[in-house]
Amino acid sequence: MYQEVILDHYKHPHGRGLREGDAEVHHVNPTCGDEITLRVKYDGSTIADVSYEGQGCSISQASASVLNDLLVGKELADAQKVQEVFLELMQSKGKLEPDDAMEEVLEDAVAFAGVSKYPARVKCALLSWMAWKDATAQALGTDVAERKTA
Amino acid sequence: MTVAHQGLSGLLDTEAIRKDFPILDRTIHDGKKLVYLDNAATSQTPRQVLDVLNEYYEQHNANVHRGVHVLAEEATALYEGARDKVAAFINAPSRDEVIFTKNASESLNLVANMLGWADEPYRVDHETEIVITEMEHHSNIVPWQLLSQRTGAKLKWFGLTDDGRLDLSNIDEIITEKTKIVSFVLVSNILGTHNPVEAIIRRAQEVGALVCIDASQAAPHMVLDVQALQADFVAFTGHKMLGPTGIGVLWGRQELLEDLPPFLGGGEMIETVSMSSSTYAPAPHKFEAGTPPVSQAVGLGAAVDYLSAIGMDKIAAHEHAITEYAVKRLLEVPDLRIIGPTTAEDRGAAISFALGDIHPHDVGQVLDEEGIAVRVGHHCARPVCLRYGIPATTRASFYLYSTPGEIDALIDGLEHVRNFFG
Repeated sequence: MYQEVILDHYKHPHGRGLREGDAEVHHVNPTCGDEITLRVKYDGSTIADVSYEGQGCSISQASASVLNDLLVGKELADAQKVQEVFLELMQSKGKLEPDDAMEEVLEDAVAFAGVSKYPARVKCALLSWMAWKDATAQALGTDVAERKTA
Repeated sequence: MTVAHQGLSGLLDTEAIRKDFPILDRTIHDGKKLVYLDNAATSQTPRQVLDVLNEYYEQHNANVHRGVHVLAEEATALYEGARDKVAAFINAPSRDEVIFTKNASESLNLVANMLGWADEPYRVDHETEIVITEMEHHSNIVPWQLLSQRTGAKLKWFGLTDDGRLDLSNIDEIITEKTKIVSFVLVSNILGTHNPVEAIIRRAQEVGALVCIDASQAAPHMVLDVQALQADFVAFTGHKMLGPTGIGVLWGRQELLEDLPPFLGGGEMIETVSMSSSTYAPAPHKFEAGTPPVSQAVGLGAAVDYLSAIGMDKIAAHEHAITEYAVKRLLEVPDLRIIGPTTAEDRGAAISFALGDIHPHDVGQVLDEEGIAVRVGHHCARPVCLRYGIPATTRASFYLYSTPGEIDALIDGLEHVRNFFG
């Protein structure tokens, strides 16, 4: 499960550190103590920044770094698509072999496919993504965030 | 593999003992030998206990204390026989002082609820105080928080020293004339600390407070003599001492069990019932509403037989030797910090540690890939992690079947973890 890509993001996280944002959330994974504070900044419906600070295992921290890579600069609707595909992959219990289409959407995040085989670790991988979803709902209002999902 | 463990004394014949535990022969992850070091979470079950459970269901299964048929009488005799075995195991003055519950958490909740509903002089209310410690398992924190919130009683606790022991320096301010109950862990599940019972009990007795001891990590590993302890209640669980899950024990002093009110109501705990009121059966049945965990109690009885045949003093000596060796080897690992006492003195066979800034989840996952099962997380003792400024720990915990070779495997595994994330 520890793909080289994951270890790279863990050792050299992208976009780490808290910067100015429209909303801030703090999420924890109570079973293991992974924590993340995450801020989102929107420029209209474009994600101007996702900044974060956290502590936890390599999976949770690398996942936040990948999230920053993937989502910053994207339109909300595109970002939500990425989030949904990542969620689908993580909930696949190791049964989903990422195809080219999925790889195109998820880029580095396909490296987490192996993590989905380990039920205890799925929450670690999803922590920052759930935090981002929550922060987005707070920044833009639940209506906007939910409608675009549908 | 190192041979640093040659010459350890006091070890049991683990080669013979391990033959009783089929699961210890398992291989995982494509042929890696299982190294099971998560005994503080749950212990493995010997064939002797499994055989008794099988025989119970194949030959004797019935509900207890009711039918007049043969199976009901046999099941009752086995269930009550298990109570006798447990009473002897903890040197209880009377078998009627042994209450079967589903686990130690239920035992501790039972005490908290007895006191919440009790009349004077036991009643916990807004003018009284409850004392616990910062190293408790959540099961000995949350029931008291609930009692405190519901009654208005003040909840106080002993803090911890930097080396993982109870800070008793302010004992006279913590335990006062207002204290009704002092509840603390005998051996910590996260730090491994073996707490000084006498000093706490002496002060509690001075002020007339009751004492409840969480012996979940003690009963499986050492001689547990409730009379020598001089506590009022002692709680522990079956699955950590070679028994099945779903069975726990609360021992309580007989006069208290007679005076204190029941918590759960239902069948079996009554004397007579009318539509307006009921009278209750004497203890222990007063506290065992409903069909009890019969086979689980019988299994615990078999586990107690197994442990007693080996001898709790010998088991304690074995674990002490293993723990001493483990502490020594762990301290040789670069960047490793033991959270808890760094010697084997007054400590149990559970050792928590931090390995540099590698998260325990990663440590545990990579060890698992090597076949080594440890526990990671806050071990249901989050206040301890907060106290020492760490998010979680990795914990290795040993038992009567643990070998020095398994400690060596752990040390080699930790080297591998360091290289992997280094």
